[in-house]
Amino acid sequence: MIRVIPRLDIKGPNLVKGVHLEGLRVLGRPEWYAERYYQDGADELIYLDQVASLYGRNNLAEIVSRAAERIFVPLTVGGGIRSVEDIQRLLRAGADKVAINTAAIKRPELIREGAHAFGAQCIVLYIEAKRRGPGTYECLTDNARVRTGVDVFDWVQRAVELGAGEILLTSVDREGTGLGYDFELVATVASLVPVPVIASGGAGSADHVHQVIAEGHADAVCAASLFHYAVVGEMQRETEPFEEGNVEFLRGKLPISTLGRRQIQARRIPELKAHLAQAGIACRRAPADTVPGALCRRA
Amino acid sequence: MPPRVTIIDYGLGNLFSLRRALGYLGAEPETASTPREVEQAEQLILPGVGAFGDGMRQLRERGLVDPVRRAATEGVPLLGICLGMQLFFTESEEFGRHDGLGIFAGRVGRLAATAASGEPVKVPHVGWNALTPAPGGLPWERSALQELAPGDSVYFVHSYVPSPEDGAVTVAEMAHGGHRYCAMVQRGAVVGCQFHPEKSGAVGLRILRHFLGLEG
Repeated sequence: MIRVIPRLDIKGPNLVKGVHLEGLRVLGRPEWYAERYYQDGADELIYLDQVASLYGRNNLAEIVSRAAERIFVPLTVGGGIRSVEDIQRLLRAGADKVAINTAAIKRPELIREGAHAFGAQCIVLYIEAKRRGPGTYECLTDNARVRTGVDVFDWVQRAVELGAGEILLTSVDREGTGLGYDFELVATVASLVPVPVIASGGAGSADHVHQVIAEGHADAVCAASLFHYAVVGEMQRETEPFEEGNVEFLRGKLPISTLGRRQIQARRIPELKAHLAQAGIACRRAPADTVPGALCRRA
Repeated sequence: MPPRVTIIDYGLGNLFSLRRALGYLGAEPETASTPREVEQAEQLILPGVGAFGDGMRQLRERGLVDPVRRAATEGVPLLGICLGMQLFFTESEEFGRHDGLGIFAGRVGRLAATAASGEPVKVPHVGWNALTPAPGGLPWERSALQELAPGDSVYFVHSYVPSPEDGAVTVAEMAHGGHRYCAMVQRGAVVGCQFHPEKSGAVGLRILRHFLGLEG
C-alpha cells in the first residue's frame, strides 16, 4: 500500500509553509493539524524543524512528545540532528524515525552510528535536491540555503550502504509550488536504492500524487500545502490567533493563492485516498473511529 | 483497577511508543529487565526492534529466556511484537543461524527480494498492509483480532518474517510483493504480531485493548 504522509514544517511553536523552503508563513499550531491528519487517516506524520531548534524554547522534542500522547501512527522527525544523542533524545520524545540531512552530509558516519544504535528502520535520509541540469541534481542543506557539491544519485546509494532505511526525497525546485512532483528525480532514486522512497515537494493536486506513484515509483507520498490548505479555514475558526512569526496569511491579508506559484487544489486525506483508490492504487482504509479518546479512555 | 502490564526491557528497541499506547488505553505499563520482575508479571509484552541474534543474546545475558518460556507455558498473557514475535520461534537465519525461544515451532527467514511477478521488492518492508484470515488458521472470533474485520490494516517495519510449522497457530496473513506471509500467531494466551500495534492507529489500539482484557 502507498503511504500518504503529511509534512509538518515547524518553526518555533508554529506550523509554517514556504515556497522552495523559503519565505515561511505561519499556518497555525502543529498539534491541531497533526491531530486532524491522524483522524483523517494519515499513514505517518513527518515533522521537520525549519530552524533546527532541538534544544531551545518550544523545541521540537516537546512538540513531538505532545503529539505522541495521542497519535498512534509512525512519527518521523528531523531538523538539527547532529549526533546519536540527538537521535536518542527525539526517539525518547516519541519519534519512531529521524530524518537527517545536513549532519549526514558533513559526517556520513552518523548514518552508520544511528543505524547501529537504533536500527536502519529509524534512520531516514533527508535529501533537498536541486536540479543542476538534465539528469543532474545537487544535495542542498540547511533548508536549501547551502550548496554541497554532492550528487544526489551518488549520495543516496552511499547512504543506504551506510544504513539509511528510507529516503525522504524533496525537490527544492518544486517544493511549495504546487507544480507537481519531479518524477524524473523520484524515479531515478527509486531505481537506485532498495529501500523505500518518500516523494516530497510540489504536490498541487490529487493527480500529481497519482503520477508520482505511477511514473515516479514512489513508495510513499509526502505533501504539505495540498493538505494544509484543505483544513486551514477550519483551523482558523477553531483556534485563537497567533502572535509569532509571519501571520499575514492567517489574518486574511494574503489570499491562499499567493502562497504557491499557482492555485493548489487542496485535498483532505480521505479525498486523496479515494482518488488514488479509483486509479487502482491501494491505500490504507482508515477506520471511522480514529478519533483519539473515542476508543476506551478509562478513568 | 487499571490492568497491569509489564514490558520486557532487554535493551532493544524504543519502548516509549508502546508505553504511551498502553497508557492511553488505561493500562499501567511497567518495565521489567530481571527474571524476578518477569516471573511476577500478570501480563507480559516482549517488544523489540533489531537483529534476532542480538535479541536472544540480550535475553540470555539477563537470564530472561527461561522466565519468558515459563510464562508462555503457564498461560500468562504474553504478547510479542515485531522482533519479540520472531524470538518466539525455533530459529532464525538472520546473520547466521540462531536459536530462538521455541515457543512456536518454525523458522524466521528473510522477505523475498523478488516479487511473484519477477519485479524487485523493497526490503526492509515499511508500510501498511491489510490483515487477512489464514486458510486453516485460527479463526478471528477466537483470537485477539475478534474486534477487527478482514482488510483492516496495520503497520509493518521488518526484513524478516516467521513461518510457523503448524499453520493452525496463524491468525492473520499479509501480502508483500505478491507473496503471502504470516503476520500474526496465537496459541492460548500467547500472541505474536509481526506488525506494530502501537503504531497502527485505531486498529492497533483495538488489538492491544483486547490483549489487555479491556472491554470495547
